[in-house]
Amino acid sequence: MSSQPVEATAASTAASKGNVLVEITDLAKAYQRDAQRVDVFEHVTLNILRGEFLALMGPSGSGKSTLLNILAGLDRPDTGSVVVDGKDITRMSNKQLAAWRSTEIGFIFQFYNLLPVLTAYQNVELPLLLTHLSKKQRREHVMTMLEVVGLTDRAEHFPRQLSGGQQQRVGIARAIVSDPSIILGDEPTGDLDSKSANEILTLMQRLNEEFNKTILMVTHDGHAAERAHEVMHLDKGILHR
Amino acid sequence: MKFARLVWANILRNKRRTALTTLSVGVAFFLFGTLRSIVTTLDAAAEVGSEARLITSSASGITFVLPEAHASRIQTFEGVRSVSWANWFGGYYTDPNDFFAQFAVETDTYLDLYPEIEITGGSKEAFVQERTAALVGVGLMEKYGWRVDQTVTLKGTIFQGDWDFTVRAVYTPTNPSFGDETMFFHYDYLYEATDGRISPGWFVLGMENPDEAAALASRIDAVFENSTAPTKTETERAWQTGFITMWGNVGFLVRAVGTAVFFAILLVAANTMMMAVRERVNEVAVMKTLGFQNGTLFGIVLAESIAITMLGGTIGLFLARMAFAGDNPVNQFFPGFMVRTETILLGLAIALVLGLVSGAVPAWQSARLSVVQAFRRVA
Amino acid sequence: MKIPIIYNLRSLRQRPVSTVTTALGMALVVAVFIAMMALSNGFSAALRSTGSTENVLLIRQGANQEMNSGISRDAARVVSGMPFVETGADGLPMVSPETYVVVPLPRAEGRGMANVVARGVGLTAFDVRKDIEITDGRAFRSGAREVVVGKTFTERFDNSDIGDTVRFATEDWVIVGHFSAGGSSFESEIWGENEQFMPVFRGQIFQSVTFRMRDPAAFDGIKEMLEGDSRLNVDAFRELEFYANQSTLLSQVLSFIAVFISTIMAVGAVFGAVNTMYAAVASRAPEIGVLLTLGFKRRNVLTSFIAEASLIALLGGAIGCLMALPINGLVTSTTNWNTFSEVAFAFRVTPSLLVTGVVFSVLMGLLGGFFPAWKAARANVVDSLRQA
Ligand SMILES: Nc1ncnc2c1ncn2[C@@H]1O[C@H](COP(=O)(O)OP(=O)(O)OP(=O)(O)O)[C@@H](O)[C@H]1O
Ligand SMILES: [Mg+2]
Repeated sequence: MSSQPVEATAASTAASKGNVLVEITDLAKAYQRDAQRVDVFEHVTLNILRGEFLALMGPSGSGKSTLLNILAGLDRPDTGSVVVDGKDITRMSNKQLAAWRSTEIGFIFQFYNLLPVLTAYQNVELPLLLTHLSKKQRREHVMTMLEVVGLTDRAEHFPRQLSGGQQQRVGIARAIVSDPSIILGDEPTGDLDSKSANEILTLMQRLNEEFNKTILMVTHDGHAAERAHEVMHLDKGILHR
Repeated sequence: MKFARLVWANILRNKRRTALTTLSVGVAFFLFGTLRSIVTTLDAAAEVGSEARLITSSASGITFVLPEAHASRIQTFEGVRSVSWANWFGGYYTDPNDFFAQFAVETDTYLDLYPEIEITGGSKEAFVQERTAALVGVGLMEKYGWRVDQTVTLKGTIFQGDWDFTVRAVYTPTNPSFGDETMFFHYDYLYEATDGRISPGWFVLGMENPDEAAALASRIDAVFENSTAPTKTETERAWQTGFITMWGNVGFLVRAVGTAVFFAILLVAANTMMMAVRERVNEVAVMKTLGFQNGTLFGIVLAESIAITMLGGTIGLFLARMAFAGDNPVNQFFPGFMVRTETILLGLAIALVLGLVSGAVPAWQSARLSVVQAFRRVA
Repeated sequence: MKIPIIYNLRSLRQRPVSTVTTALGMALVVAVFIAMMALSNGFSAALRSTGSTENVLLIRQGANQEMNSGISRDAARVVSGMPFVETGADGLPMVSPETYVVVPLPRAEGRGMANVVARGVGLTAFDVRKDIEITDGRAFRSGAREVVVGKTFTERFDNSDIGDTVRFATEDWVIVGHFSAGGSSFESEIWGENEQFMPVFRGQIFQSVTFRMRDPAAFDGIKEMLEGDSRLNVDAFRELEFYANQSTLLSQVLSFIAVFISTIMAVGAVFGAVNTMYAAVASRAPEIGVLLTLGFKRRNVLTSFIAEASLIALLGGAIGCLMALPINGLVTSTTNWNTFSEVAFAFRVTPSLLVTGVVFSVLMGLLGGFFPAWKAARANVVDSLRQA
């Protein structure tokens, strides 16, 4: 378990290119709704390289969130495998998955999903409660993250005292505080005005470039997608790269 | 412990709801403390009866008396140190419904047998020397506003007419369960005033060796078995317990009511926790996404529920303790009525169980919550 | 414009767990309340139905209770000769001079000892007292060591069948009959002949004398005459009143306990109801907004939510009644501290008690619903709608 969340340089970014982080092979997922079977996708195959920033687009109901959930170990595919950093997560138990998520996945939600009863600081600290870090170490990490997202002065504010954009920045800080290997964003700018959305996208770009974070972002917004290295499309169960 | 702040934040989320739930748990435990104390007080009252004294009473029941001649006979038994006797007077001061106990006792020997009676006012000599003197409990003195050397008049129900007594000594019991609202006076006074028509109600026996109580008791009863006045000899504790069992099913009643209270409060607490968890579905899903284990989430909900019930329980139990400390109306019915530390500990244990049970279902719900479903519900 | 009650029903159905737990909590309170009151009612009913207004009971002046009393044979004879004493079919005065003692007997199943009243009655006692009926066997014969025992006696003690013997006052007594006494406390007693009990009990003395009046309306005069008679030295009571008085202390204690416990439990249940109703109000904020926009009055909203709370309470009250109902008729016993003897009696769940229970429950509902309803009625339309 890494306890140094942000420690990467542009040099290492280049070095890790060509290095496969996520290997999704022949993924299939169907939902049973009442008597009806809904096939979301049947043969999705995708490799994500270390340090890549990918955007995923597609019509509503095409299965973008489903793919993201499976990749985060929140949902399970019917067939196929998801290998992250050499580990096939589809074979992990729920318990193992939870532990794995806490170190390997950073998730950014459309509706921020901060805990309303906790301050910005406490929200960011939340994932660190699952580590063995001391209180002092946790403090250092949280403050570093709040600095990265530019909210040091808002540490003691509760979510309801923050704007949407600020809340989402806290959400991002929370996603990266445990130094995950991949950041997943499900429409992270979907609920924001264009100015705040731009700030968030810039922040994500910076995370990718400056801190060498691998990012997969679902979005409906073409402008947002442009910030990524590459835009993929999911439609009718087929992933176009 | 690092999750404590999270638990606390959740408790404070809906302050009104938490406060109401805590209070209703508190109220329930106040009731528990009170009811349970009735049982412990009755038990304590039975235990006031000494194991070192024997009581010989009529085998035929409480309305029967024994001949005074039995005393000298009992005195001859090996192992009997001293014999005294007493009778029930059954009078009242001014209000016939205002009950307190009066005993006509053989004063020369009685006080030596009862070290629990500690004279704290007037003097023992004055009481023993004077035929119409009375020894009165400090609680009774206060209740009626009597003073030492005052002459008080009781009305007899068993022994007709007005009876004058002069308060010459006041006692404070060394053990509160002994009761401080009893009046003792001279058996001889009663004997003479009734022209010798009375007889001892029971004998009190001091023993050389309390370990041989059972053997001694059966030897005494065997001797009188075929006399005109057969006896029943038992330790004072057993004798007292006999009176306590006359309360019959108090224990059962208390348990039945206690159980009902427990379930009623369980419902209130469980309902609160379910409401709390229901509105937090989304947050639980977020925490799972962050990598929180199901077990951890289970524990966080459970801790919240236990914190509420324990807090409520503590408040209720200590309020009961305070309410029944010192003089109170219940004390008059049950001398020495108070909420004991054992009762508080038992109550806290029950509060813990209450917290566990009421939190179990919601905790399980949040542990087994599916993240994907949860997010779909809000989206 | 009233908000249809169907809205409330639907709202309750939408939160079934919450509704049911709240209702059940109230039900338990109501059940405990009814049970405790049924206990207290049963006890006082037993003592209140003991004796008759046509009878006079005499005890020694100032004795207060039969147990403490003593009346000489001579005095009893004087009473029998009084002109206001009714004459029976056999031409004899309807008088029963009685001995009264309390004897300890082992309870069934070895649950310790219980004090039982052993009453030595005159042979006329079965006529003097009206509701006494031998249900099994026969009455005791004069001059024999025989007794009859009351109906509830048989339930509480082993060896109480006809032909069995009970031992008390160093003698064996054969049970020859069982009797009922209209649910009164006599049913807890053992009856034998006064002349048989007298020598083995307390010597040549009765504890009470009960007689039938020729003219019950003349009681006041009779009382005055008897109490003024220096040969007698007695207090006179209407028999019914005497026994009712013996129960007041314990009935009061029992009702006090019932009210004390129920009140405390009710506070807890009301808090629970408040929680539930606040949750209901919160979850229906948008709906309230819509109703207010449509032109419903705030007063209507207030009534609607109070009605909803009352509905939960009504449900709880009904369940509570159902839970308490089975204890009706259950026989239990307690020591009456006035007489130092055990009285058996049945829990009495009366229709009016059930109604009281439901009213109690609805009251809890009203209390629990008021503040949340108030909050709902004062809701800000715009804010409520925004929460949609
Ligand atoms: N738990 C589920 N049960 C049944 N059907 C589901 C479930 N989850 C997703 N689906 C269905 O699977 C399909 C893909 O859903 P998903 O949420 O992945 O779409 P999406 O691409 O994220 O859409 P959007 O852009 O609207 O967020 C949809 O048709 C949806 O109705
Ligand atoms: Mg989606």
